[in-house]
Amino acid sequence: MKDAQSGVFIDEARELLEEVERGLLALEEAPDDPEQVATLFRALHTLKGSGAMFGFEAIAAVAHEMEAVFELVRAARCSVSAELIDLALLALDHLKVLVAIVAGEEQEQPELTSLLDRIRSFCDRLGEAAPGPAAMPDLAAAGDTRTYRIRFYPPADIFQRGLNPLGFLRELYSLGDCLAVVQTGDIPNLDALDPQRCYLFWDLILTTDASVDTIRDIFIFIEDGCRLSITLIDEDGWPENAAEYKRLGEILVERGDLKPADLEQVLQERKRLGETLVAAGMVDSGRVDSALAEQQRIQELRRKRLGSSARSSLRVNSEKLDQLVNLVGELVTVQARLSQFVAQNDDPALVGIGEEVERLTWDLRDQILNIRMLPIGSTFGKFQRLARDLARELGKDVALVTTGAETELDKTVIERLDDPLVHLLRNAIDHGIESPERRLAAGKPAQGTVILSATHAGAYVLIEVRDDGAGLDREAIRRRALEQGLWSESGEYGDRELFTLIATPGFSTAGKVTSVSGRGVGMDAVRQAIEGLRGTVELSSRPGAGTTFTIRLPLTLAIIDGLLVNISGESYVFPMAMVEECVELHRPAAGKERRRNMATVRGELVPYVDLREHFDIHGEVPDIQQIVIADLDGQRIGFVVDYVVGEHQTVIKNLGQLYKEVRGISGATILGDGRVALIADLPALSQFAEAREKEQLERFG
Amino acid sequence: MSRKIMVVDDSASIRALIATTLNNEGYDVVEAEDGEDALTKLDSELDGVDMMITDLNMPRMDGINLIEKFRKIPGCRFIPVVMLTTESQEEKRRQGKAAGASAWLTKPFKPEQLLGLVRMVLV
Repeated sequence: MKDAQSGVFIDEARELLEEVERGLLALEEAPDDPEQVATLFRALHTLKGSGAMFGFEAIAAVAHEMEAVFELVRAARCSVSAELIDLALLALDHLKVLVAIVAGEEQEQPELTSLLDRIRSFCDRLGEAAPGPAAMPDLAAAGDTRTYRIRFYPPADIFQRGLNPLGFLRELYSLGDCLAVVQTGDIPNLDALDPQRCYLFWDLILTTDASVDTIRDIFIFIEDGCRLSITLIDEDGWPENAAEYKRLGEILVERGDLKPADLEQVLQERKRLGETLVAAGMVDSGRVDSALAEQQRIQELRRKRLGSSARSSLRVNSEKLDQLVNLVGELVTVQARLSQFVAQNDDPALVGIGEEVERLTWDLRDQILNIRMLPIGSTFGKFQRLARDLARELGKDVALVTTGAETELDKTVIERLDDPLVHLLRNAIDHGIESPERRLAAGKPAQGTVILSATHAGAYVLIEVRDDGAGLDREAIRRRALEQGLWSESGEYGDRELFTLIATPGFSTAGKVTSVSGRGVGMDAVRQAIEGLRGTVELSSRPGAGTTFTIRLPLTLAIIDGLLVNISGESYVFPMAMVEECVELHRPAAGKERRRNMATVRGELVPYVDLREHFDIHGEVPDIQQIVIADLDGQRIGFVVDYVVGEHQTVIKNLGQLYKEVRGISGATILGDGRVALIADLPALSQFAEAREKEQLERFG
Repeated sequence: MSRKIMVVDDSASIRALIATTLNNEGYDVVEAEDGEDALTKLDSELDGVDMMITDLNMPRMDGINLIEKFRKIPGCRFIPVVMLTTESQEEKRRQGKAAGASAWLTKPFKPEQLLGLVRMVLV
């Protein structure tokens, strides 16, 4: 206890003891003065209370025994005898010594046992044992997790007692994992409603390691008038090996919310039990919701418990998985054919079958693709070792922080991501992070940090490699680019161009610019690998603050949502994840002047690529074409096609060896009628068009 | 805005202990040394108090009396009142509840017990 507060206590105790002494002497003169007895009693009571509060148990104990004696006197169970006064004065002397010890004026602890015994036997002789010392609450808590079902009806007058049921609920929530369902079924109609009464009650499911007593203690202040039932419904290791829990009807009957006979009757109707019960007015919907919540909670708990002890998993050769995916791909293709056939033959029975097969195919596809998803964390693990070894070798202090290890990606993608990530990490540690001395000189902590993170973003996964190093030396890179004739003197170059530059094969490997040399080693390989996965790489770099590479990857490689379009009778597929909108393009309105392909979409100029022109497709151009506007890394670019057919589940097939180097086409797919559609590589197409535009501009001035 | 709690106890040391505990948790505390003092101080608290903690055994006006009078003050009807009792005061506790006390705390108590109760009652 703080000294200042002890000081307050000592002063107060001395005052009280003086009061007691005066009172005792006065009582000796006038033994039955109730006023004096009350004063004495209160003084002793206060002393007992504050003594105990400040942790001076000996003082509290003596005061407690004396208080008991005067309690008897006050209740007129005994009169003030000379023996009583003697005993009280003796106790008073002891108390004075005890207070002096607290004040540090005395050292020797007086012998108290005999005194306390004497007072007790004195009380006993008067036929009334002094109440024993306060029973300490049982703190022995059980370590196991248990789940209770608690139904709590607060007293109707709870508000008038200055209490709020929320306080009690909040306490329950603090005990563990708690779920409350409020029951409003008892609220009367407005004309009968007394706003000062509480009509609500609650059903709670509490998973906690606290004991029933601890839970009951929360409600101690509203014991009377409060209806409370606590039932243990689940605990660790109980029951054995069962993930199932009681049925809804059983729970309701167990809670007394439903009569067993009613349950029997309703069960014969074989509909959804909860709805039927509510409709029949047997149980109100609040109670059903609450029972369902209980069911769900317990099942979750049990499943988790089973999962932790006996998660059943199976090792399967990944080739078998690949075969499965191929088969699903074939199935999706056949399904497309079926859909087309159904559409042509207007037969209701056939339509029904077609729809069912379609639904099952999508479910199957989702499940199979899901099996192939693996958390990327498995790769992260080995990077720790790589970072450590490399940092040591280079005499640097680098911490590799990984986040989002649970992010899932297609197995194939993860495998093929390994090399690019190793390249990027090596780069970050080797060239990004400075030596400890230089870092300290720049006012940064000696230890550099490289963050490797993975996050979901729609149909994509973003993987970031971020270092807090020096950033790219733009000036040196620029000089080098000018030397090699890759950039022009007047050009404006941002992060995007910077990345294109350093990923240019041979750019920095040939460079002798020491501070950035090697910055592009493998960058070319990185870009190729990521693009092979239909992903993109972006770079952002700030001098002194570090460099970030962001890899954007599609979730899966095998089957994608596509947008089917048609140009001069041929079909093409655009990856749906990139498509933003489709608008019409009226030929005469197209701003073809000055050889710039620009369309105005709701007042905004959008550059477009005419795919007819690009693929050199001849034939009659329809008057009204359509532009599919895609979002390519935040930039809106249109692609002009003849018309848009619609959505298409696209099973991606690789083009053969001969077509490997074709830019602008990333693969092909088989349509429902057996024809082949090419999958457009929109970023490549846009880059290609951009380059051609530039070339033309330069040529024509 | 921090909540204001009135602490009524004739023992200066207990008042100090409670006040320190509550102040440390950011509550405002008004101290009174008995029932009459409490009622006088309540008069000058323009915004009223958010909660009251009172001892039962006090000179001049005891806790039970105070709770009864407090409940009759306009606007104090739904304000939580905690009474401080000792384990031997079953009868007092019953009277306190009848008078309108919300909850009680048995002396001796630990600061955490006090704070736990305040958190629960002062919703």
